[in-house]
Amino acid sequence: MLTAYIEGIGLLGPGLNNWPEGRRILAAEAPYVSRPTDLPPPASLPPSERRRASRAIKLALAIGHEAIAAAQLDPATLATVFSSSAGDGYNCHEICQALASNDRQLSPTRFHNSVHNAPAGYWSIASGAMASSSVICAHDASFGAGLLEALVQVVADNTRCVLISYDTDYPEPLRAVRPVPDAFGVALVLAPRPSAQALARIAVSFTDEASLHIADESLERLRQSIPAARSLTLLQTIARGGAARIIVDYLEYMRLGVDVTPCS
Amino acid sequence: MNFFDQEAPGVRPLLLSSFTATSCIGRGLDQTLDALRRQDSGLLPCRFETVDLETFVGEVAGVDEVGIRGNLRSFDCRNNRLAQLGLVQDGFVEAVKDVAARVGANRVGVFIGTSTAGILQTELAYRRRDSATGALPADFIYASTHSPFSVADFARRTLHLSGPVATVSSACSSSAKVFASAQRMIAVGIIDAAVVGGVDSLCLTTLYGFNSLELTSAHPCRPFDPARDGISISEGAAFALIEKTPENLDADAILLLGVGESSDAYHMSSPRPDGLGARMAMAAALQAGGVAPSEVDYINLHGTATPSNDAAEGNAVSALFGSHTACSSTKGATGHALGAAGGIEAVIAALALRHGFIPAGVNTLHVDPAIAIDYVLENRAQVVSRALSNSFGFGGTNCSLLLGRAN
Repeated sequence: MLTAYIEGIGLLGPGLNNWPEGRRILAAEAPYVSRPTDLPPPASLPPSERRRASRAIKLALAIGHEAIAAAQLDPATLATVFSSSAGDGYNCHEICQALASNDRQLSPTRFHNSVHNAPAGYWSIASGAMASSSVICAHDASFGAGLLEALVQVVADNTRCVLISYDTDYPEPLRAVRPVPDAFGVALVLAPRPSAQALARIAVSFTDEASLHIADESLERLRQSIPAARSLTLLQTIARGGAARIIVDYLEYMRLGVDVTPCS
Repeated sequence: MNFFDQEAPGVRPLLLSSFTATSCIGRGLDQTLDALRRQDSGLLPCRFETVDLETFVGEVAGVDEVGIRGNLRSFDCRNNRLAQLGLVQDGFVEAVKDVAARVGANRVGVFIGTSTAGILQTELAYRRRDSATGALPADFIYASTHSPFSVADFARRTLHLSGPVATVSSACSSSAKVFASAQRMIAVGIIDAAVVGGVDSLCLTTLYGFNSLELTSAHPCRPFDPARDGISISEGAAFALIEKTPENLDADAILLLGVGESSDAYHMSSPRPDGLGARMAMAAALQAGGVAPSEVDYINLHGTATPSNDAAEGNAVSALFGSHTACSSTKGATGHALGAAGGIEAVIAALALRHGFIPAGVNTLHVDPAIAIDYVLENRAQVVSRALSNSFGFGGTNCSLLLGRAN
């Protein structure tokens, strides 16, 4: 059993603009209305870098900053785990299109933004964080794999770790083979000990039980369509504020059992 | 030094009970060791696919002849063929099978580093788009070829394991960082052993991409030479089976003593000139292993052969170790296998420990006088008890592995 305290949450996705709004929607205090994800320009980057930031970079930075601000912590001091199905889909499309053309020259920015750790690199530049940053990919299991990696860091190193789990959509023709329809990201500040900011305690173990669905049909469709949105069952449990055991999607042969206990 | 009584702040060492590497200098340990002893380079003028760049590459021979059949056929692509070629060397598959039988297949994790996985498959598919609809060809399968997870998933299925699995994709530190993930998971008790490694294969994205940044050399790369002018891109597959250290060990057993990680917080494609991030990663690895800088016998440098990378790493090494620790970059031999480099170089460090030699940095004619380190230009036969392996990457990601002999 791996235990940690969630001290801050960042959320951005279709019809989910931030955690305070998302919390009310997930707690059924406000209706869910799906609309395209609005990705803000990354204010923490210098203007030249801000202009060139990909969708994945904008998303990861926005949710990371929201979660850490909510936890009232300094991002420069925190280790991070970035988890996504893959790198930025639009960037990948532009590269593959250029390489299939008669002019194969790539732009340097497009190439360095193609590495899967581009959001992690920009995060480090924007926040000044020199702590370790891990970059995990596990296709549809990416949220579960990221949560596991971050929790293991919290327990093994007895220190805080920020999970930044995000996915961005693909343009055609890639969308046909990887149908991620929009951008969705969730960030969790995880701590080894309780604090005044702690929202909930989670205790996680492997299980072969089936993962839980969300009753609201449009939220369940969102949960199933974007790997990072597999977090929605956990977020809904925290939003409702009660204690519960939930099952979060991970691998096809193994899921994560999460005992959630609210703090204060 | 008795590693077994050692508690915090250091971490408990782990045993590398089996390891293997396949690169342009050879398939498996024997060929790799022979090439290192001969100071051979595997770099040749680029003839890969339809690439029209004046550069040298380290291509692994025979990758296209590897067959992926049966229920894993959907994984067929150059990257997974290279993974399979690497996995079947040196009795690695059998060693994993033995451990899985002992601890349970669900108690063995799989953590594989890659930067581009099978992106070549997508690059080729984009040449065959439907002229009317723009659609990719029906035989293109994204999830099991190009998706970064495909290589870890393929390795797990090939090895019949059912523990936690993930791909680590932090550019050129990827297959060093996998050691950290595995070590932590073993430390918290959710697994007993792990297959770690790295696989990266030649593709147009990295060849044209590094060319766009003017980071590729028109010559075989010359790390730490004053005339160095860029990298030579290569490919490779390396794997290690790591597990809790048993009570009784062979004297020449190889241990993972510590892993150190840091971020530069500086620039996407250039290292901090002062090497501070690199120094922090090396210092953290030493601290984790409870080892002083003077106790390290050899440093396998990241040493990509770009002017700025080598200068920054040289600053970091001399600041932490002074100028008397033997160092080399083996990328003059193997090229830069990007996400597989950390794994390949961890295996080379393990060979240095096991066989008592310091591999020279090949292609380099002179050592840059502005860099105050003991850069080795001819192989040295000597006992190597502890070796450090550096892997740094785009985005300012840094990882150092500290390996040691058990005796």
